[in-house]
Amino acid sequence: MTAVPAAARRERSEARAAWGFLAPALAAIGLFFAIPLAGALLLSLTDFDIYAVADLGNARFVGLRNYLRLVADPLFWTVLRNTLVFVVLGVPLTLIAALGGALMVHSSLARLPGLYRTVFFAPVVTTLVAVAVVWRYLYHPRFGLINHGLGLVGIGPIDWLGEPGWAMVAITLLAVWRTFGYGLVIFVVGLETVPESLYEAASLDGAGRWQKLRDITLPQLKPTALFVAVLVTVQVFQIFAEPYVMTRGGPLHATTSITLLMYEQGFRWWNMGQAAAIAFVLFALILVTTGLQVALRRWGSGR
Amino acid sequence: MARRVSRRAPARLAGTLAPGRILAGAVLLAGALVAAAAGCGGGRGEAETVVRFWGLGREGEVVRELVPEFERRHPGIRVEVQQIPFTAAHEKLLTAFVGQATPDAAQLGNTWVPELVALGALAPLDEAIAASAAIDPADYFAGVWDTNVLDGTVWGLPWYVDTRLLFYRTDLVAGGPWPPRSWAEWRRAMERIRAAGGPARHAILLPIDEWPQPVILALQAGAPLLSGDGRRAAFQEPRFRRAMEFYTGLFADGLAAPLDQSTISNLYQEFAAGSFAMMITGPWNLGELERRLPAEMQHLWATAPLPPPEAGMAYPGASLAGGSSLVVFRRARSPAAAWLWLEYLSRPEQQARFLELSGNLPARRSVWEAGGLAEDPRTAAFMAQLEHAVPTPKVPEWERIATRIAQAGEQVARGARSLDAALAGLDADVDRMLEKRRWMLDREAEAAADRAAERSEGAERSDGAER
Repeated sequence: MTAVPAAARRERSEARAAWGFLAPALAAIGLFFAIPLAGALLLSLTDFDIYAVADLGNARFVGLRNYLRLVADPLFWTVLRNTLVFVVLGVPLTLIAALGGALMVHSSLARLPGLYRTVFFAPVVTTLVAVAVVWRYLYHPRFGLINHGLGLVGIGPIDWLGEPGWAMVAITLLAVWRTFGYGLVIFVVGLETVPESLYEAASLDGAGRWQKLRDITLPQLKPTALFVAVLVTVQVFQIFAEPYVMTRGGPLHATTSITLLMYEQGFRWWNMGQAAAIAFVLFALILVTTGLQVALRRWGSGR
Repeated sequence: MARRVSRRAPARLAGTLAPGRILAGAVLLAGALVAAAAGCGGGRGEAETVVRFWGLGREGEVVRELVPEFERRHPGIRVEVQQIPFTAAHEKLLTAFVGQATPDAAQLGNTWVPELVALGALAPLDEAIAASAAIDPADYFAGVWDTNVLDGTVWGLPWYVDTRLLFYRTDLVAGGPWPPRSWAEWRRAMERIRAAGGPARHAILLPIDEWPQPVILALQAGAPLLSGDGRRAAFQEPRFRRAMEFYTGLFADGLAAPLDQSTISNLYQEFAAGSFAMMITGPWNLGELERRLPAEMQHLWATAPLPPPEAGMAYPGASLAGGSSLVVFRRARSPAAAWLWLEYLSRPEQQARFLELSGNLPARRSVWEAGGLAEDPRTAAFMAQLEHAVPTPKVPEWERIATRIAQAGEQVARGARSLDAALAGLDADVDRMLEKRRWMLDREAEAAADRAAERSEGAERSDGAER
C-alpha cells in the first residue's frame, strides 16, 4: 500500500482538495447556468405557450420551426437591423464619451475629480423610469428643451420620438448618456496605471500634449479599451429598458430591439418557445461579435 | 390611458377543454353551498372561513370599505383583500395559476376571462346564479354580461362596466349638426373643426398605437373580425376594410394627428388648450376631467354616444363592452364563501355604494336609475352607449390580435403601407397566431368523435347482450 510514492499521493489529494474547493462554484454554475440553458434550448424546440401552461400535453415538439419562423418574419429582420444600428451607433459613441470624460477627469486641469466621477456615474445608477420622464419632456416636439435649443439656431422642430428615423437616434443618445459613466470609471482606472515615467521621458524628448495622447495614452489604454468595448457591446446588444419605457418599441417598430421582441413574445404573449429561440439567436450574435472583437485585438497587437 | 379592459366572442375552447371539469366544479360548488348554509346556522363555534380576494388598482383599495358589512352579515367568513396594480395583474394571475397560488375570488378585466377559462382556472357560476335571489341576469347590460359567457357557461359576474364614447369640447364643435348621427356627418363635423381651428388644432385625438378606436369602428360596421369560431382572421372582409378606410382616412386628411401614447405628454392640458376637439375614451376620464380641467372650463366639455356608419342604422353605433368581472377560482378553498362575497358585491345597494366610493359605472341598470346616473347628461350618454356595447372575439389570443390590428392601422396612417397590403399582412399574421387554437380545436373535435364512436359501439354491444 505504501508503494504509492508520497509525491503522487500528495498530488492526488491536492487534486481532490481542488475539486472540493471548486465544487460549490461548479454546482452553482450547473444549477443556475447549465441546467436553465439546456432547458431553454429544449424550450426553443417546442411551441410552449399559454395553452401548455394549462396542460403540458398542449405543447408540441416542433423542431426548428421557431427558428425558421423567425427567419421568415420581416419583423425579426427589422428588429435585427434596429439592434445592429443601436450597436454601430451606440458603442463607438459610448466609447468616445467615456474616454473623453475619463481624460477630462484624469487631467490635472480638473479640480474635484471625485465630484466629476460622481456626476458622470450618476446616470448609470439612476432609475431609468424616472429618467425617462425627464427625457420625454426634453424630446417633446413642442415644449421640449432640445427643440427649443435647436430652434434658437434656426433648426425646425424635430419629432424625436414620433418619427421612425429620429426615434432610433433619440433612444441611442439616451442609452449612451446612461452607460458611458460606467466605461468612464474603468478608463480612469486604466489611465492611472499608465506609468508616469513614460510621460516624463516624452516630455524630455519634447513631445506635445497631443503627441503624448496619441503615442502613449491611447496605446497603453488598449487592453482597457477592449474590455470596455466588449462590455458595452454586450450591454447595447441587450438594450431593452430604454425603448421599453420611452417608446414601447414604436413608432412602427422602429426602436424595437431583439430583447424587447423577446420580452413581448415571452411575457406579454406567453410564446415561451418562440421567445427562447430569439434568446438563442441573440446569444449567438453576441458570441460572434465579442469573438470578432477579441480576434481583432489579437491581430492588432500581433502586428 | 388607464386600464384597458374589454371582452371577446364565442370560444369553443373553454367547453372543449373541460366539460368534465365544469360538471365537477358545479357539483363542488353546489355541495359547498349547502355546507356553507349549514355553517351559517351553526354560528360562532365553527372555524372561521377566509375568502382571499384580489382587487385591481383603485377598486382593490375601495372594496375594503365594503368588507365590514359583509362580515357582519356573514359571521364566520372573513374577507382578505389583496390589492394588485392593474398593470401587473395579468402577469400575476398567470404566475399564480402556474404556481397553484390563485386566490379564492378576484376581479378580472373581462377580456381576460376567455384566457383564464382556457387555462381551466375558473369555476363556472351558472348553478349559483340560478339559485340566487339577488342576481338577475336581465338587470345587467346584455353586451357586458355576454363577455363572461363562453359556450353557454357563465364564468364571471360583471362588477362595473366601461365603454368608450365621444368626449368633446362643446365650444369647438359648434356650427353644425351635433352630435353626429352617421360617419359622414361625423366627418363633416371634423372638417369644420379643422377649418375653423387652424394648424394647431386637430379635430380628434386617436392615439395611433391604441386598438380600441379602430376596433370600435370595425364593430360598428358589423365586421366579424374572426371567422369560423375564431379559427381564422377575417380582416380582408369588406366591412372591416370599410372601417379601416374611414379610420386611416382621418389621418390622411389631417383630421387626426399620428400621435402615440408616449408622445401625448399631458392629455388634459392639450384637451384644455384645444389641440383637439374630441377623443374616444372611457368613464375614468369623467372624474379626471372634473379634477384636472380648471373650473371655468367645466361647462365646456360633454360626452356623446358614437355615431353608427349610416344615418338609418340603430343609434348609437356599437362600442366596446368593457369592464371588470368577479370570478371564483377552481382551486378556491371555500367556493361557497367566495360566491357569497361575489353575490354580496353584486347586490344593488352594494353596487350603489361602490359607485359612490369609486365612481365606476355599475353593471346593473337598476342602480343607474336609482343613482341618478340616467339623468346626468354626461353619464346618460354612457347609458345609451352601453345598450349598444358588443363583445370582441372571445379567444385567448384577443389582446395580441388587437395589438396587431392597431399596428396595421399605424402602418397605413403613417403611409408605410397601402391599406390592402396592411390588411393582407394583418390576415396572415393573425392566422399564424391562431394556428395553435385551430390545432387544439381539431384535436378536441377528434377526441369527441372518438368518444362518440366508442359510446355507440358500447351501446351496440350491450344491445346485443340484452338480446
